[in-house]
Amino acid sequence: MLESVSCTVNGLETSVTAGPDVSLLSVLREQLDLTGPKIGCAEGSCGACTVLVDGELVRACVTPLAAIAGRHVLTIEGLALDQQLHPLQRAFLDTVAFQCGYCTPGMIMAATALLSHHPDPDQDMIVRFMQGNICRCGMYARIVRAIRQAAAELRAGKGVGDEP
Amino acid sequence: MSEQLLNTSAHAPGSANASRRTPDGEPDAPAIGDWLHIECDGSVVVYTGKVEVGQHIRTSLAQVVAEELRLPVGAIQLVMADTDRTPFDMGTFGSLTTPTISYRLRQVAAATRLLLRDLAANRLGVEPHELVVADGRVTHAPTGRTCGFGELTQGRRLTETYAGAPITSPDQWTVAGTEVQPVEGLSIVSGVQRYTPDLTLPGMLAGAVLRPPSFGATLVSLDARAAQALPGVTVIREGDFVGVTAPDRHTALRARDLLLAEWTVIEQLPSTQLFDYLRSNPAGAEDAPRPPLPLHHEQGQVEAACAGAELTFAQTYSVAYIAHAPLEPRAALADWTSGRLTVWTGTQRPFGVRGELSEAFQMPEQSIRVIVPDTGSAYGGKHTGEAAIEAARLARTAQVPVKLIWTREEEFTWAYFRPAGVIDIVSGVQADGTLICWEFHNYNSGAAGIHTPYDVPNQRIAFHPTLSPLRQGAYRALAATANHFARETHMDEIARALGVDPLTYRLKQLKDERLRAVLEAAAERFGWERAAHEPGCGNGIAAGTEKGSYVATCAEIAVDRTSGEVRVVRVVQAFECGAIINPTALRSQVEGAVVQGLGGALFEAIAFEGGRISTNRFSSYRVPRFADMPVIEVLLLDRKDLASAGGGETPMIGIAPAIGNAIFDATGVRLRSMPLVPAGVLQVD
Repeated sequence: MLESVSCTVNGLETSVTAGPDVSLLSVLREQLDLTGPKIGCAEGSCGACTVLVDGELVRACVTPLAAIAGRHVLTIEGLALDQQLHPLQRAFLDTVAFQCGYCTPGMIMAATALLSHHPDPDQDMIVRFMQGNICRCGMYARIVRAIRQAAAELRAGKGVGDEP
Repeated sequence: MSEQLLNTSAHAPGSANASRRTPDGEPDAPAIGDWLHIECDGSVVVYTGKVEVGQHIRTSLAQVVAEELRLPVGAIQLVMADTDRTPFDMGTFGSLTTPTISYRLRQVAAATRLLLRDLAANRLGVEPHELVVADGRVTHAPTGRTCGFGELTQGRRLTETYAGAPITSPDQWTVAGTEVQPVEGLSIVSGVQRYTPDLTLPGMLAGAVLRPPSFGATLVSLDARAAQALPGVTVIREGDFVGVTAPDRHTALRARDLLLAEWTVIEQLPSTQLFDYLRSNPAGAEDAPRPPLPLHHEQGQVEAACAGAELTFAQTYSVAYIAHAPLEPRAALADWTSGRLTVWTGTQRPFGVRGELSEAFQMPEQSIRVIVPDTGSAYGGKHTGEAAIEAARLARTAQVPVKLIWTREEEFTWAYFRPAGVIDIVSGVQADGTLICWEFHNYNSGAAGIHTPYDVPNQRIAFHPTLSPLRQGAYRALAATANHFARETHMDEIARALGVDPLTYRLKQLKDERLRAVLEAAAERFGWERAAHEPGCGNGIAAGTEKGSYVATCAEIAVDRTSGEVRVVRVVQAFECGAIINPTALRSQVEGAVVQGLGGALFEAIAFEGGRISTNRFSSYRVPRFADMPVIEVLLLDRKDLASAGGGETPMIGIAPAIGNAIFDATGVRLRSMPLVPAGVLQVD
């Protein structure tokens, strides 16, 4: 029943073993101790578990482990490079786009996917793309602001690893 | 092992026994050392039983202590919500942290500053008034001689009392009252902040609990063979409690689903009959758990005044049960291996949960430690310790630590709800529109915010506790939301019937200066007088006061004439809660309250039938999302001359009536039941 899957997680090649119906979220959290992706709904409807697989937005709670074989998984823990926060992380801090912070890793990862496809998203595009992520504390307006601020920074070339 | 877990065994100066309780349950810990400790290196640690659930209180409390000790915020470390290390605390609710604990910590820190000054005076042989406390040192300016905080106290427990210490007036604040970013921000955006579901202990197992198919069902028989057959699974049965432990959560949940249980179910009320039920089923003294106390307020001659009124109005309003739906579900990690019971859990009442555990396991409270990691929100929904007890029960049998994380379905079904309610209002006005009688009856939803702030000479206001078909409890702002929805809708109905502008009508019978101030501020920013009335658009206003703070809300809505879809376009909200300690945190609370209030106003409702919740997932229980967002403008009125009140709850009470009144303005349809548009669209007959 168990299957072994090789993949890259936050830049490190790794091999994990689990049953075929075990979710990516379970493996990340319980086998790799990457608890940035959160348990929220187990049906892909709240976005708290959002990670990137080969740069695409994925709800880890409804993604079977088998689906990531040979692919690159990026969680919030792997977003900062060389101790430098990603512009989205900085923008979330600057705008205080969180209260309890439970949704924040999922929000930032979803926004990362958005900006990789659309470097200059307008309000409507942000809202449509982020619609699957819930912030129960209601920080939506600030999150939109944070995404626009980070987008502007990235476009200006002040990306990851650059001096502030 | 996570960082949090390692840290918990660190040095703890104030033992729990040092704190006592006053008769009203507030902590009576008279020594500075019960609340504050200065390490040998001069760093300052503050102890409080309050919990951080996203209100950024860890930051705001650090600010007031920093203010009194003349230190930067970053120099203050808070130990929160650990029953072994912090003084007793009733719980984090009721907007009480700011008026009680924040005030107390200001006194504690002010007394500490004076103590440090006196100690330095002694040591340096100078007069205390010649000394300046700044940057963690006490300095004699004329000679330049100086002592560090740590040098002066040598790490000893500060047994001196703090009573009567003069605190710094808000108009002198330089650290408090300023914008300070949340201290936990970096952990949050980096993804390393660990909430209860993220904690681990060596040898830990995952737990899951079998739930009845409906409320009130009792277990008849159980076949656990299939579940037991899974590797590493143990099934635990104690009476009606059935749970499993497994090496991982996936296996635990799978084992639970393999349990074959037979149940006896009992008949239950459907949500369609709810409001009739509430009105006709008063709670008796014998009803468990204790029903809330009824309230009856009588002033003047209501019947006579109504009989003599030029116009009378009688209407009924209602609110549905709604769910808190915190994104972090209830969770607990329980560990008996140290010979005591230690439970990490996300709750607003660490000491209350310790009491629940003490009762459940018949053991003294001293043998139990409850630790609350910063928690993924609560909104009044995490007062109780179900997950803590269940995890502890599983861990006791398993003899290893067990972590239990409720599923979303469990969270929506087996937690408790904001009470539903029915409110009847009868009012009467004189020929000139003056309100002369006011009769207000609330069934079940609660007494918070029930009194009218408007001048009415004859009034009868009553809260009638009733039986509740669903388990109910605290919810952010309690019944102030329902009572303000009914009252502020009704006020709008009177104004409209009289052909008077709703703002003018309110101000005409309102003496409370603080409430007038927020109404006028919100109306001015919104442009109430000039507000345009395009077809399908409407504006609404509402105001109220509760827990010592004041709110006024203006909302602009648009109704799509084809689909009936209601969209909130813009919200302007003015809020005043005395002297503002942290404007960053307060603005965030006010914005968040508007958003959360918008969900309950427009579409949130728990549906149930046959003892089952049918809205038990985020895909069936709609909460506000990005696309529901209006433009929100927040106006904070800072009153440095007034005591600081809490700001987490009252900002949510104005949004529902403001939206409802705006819908009437746009369409002429008066909605009297929350949620106003459960299907997202206006249904016009």
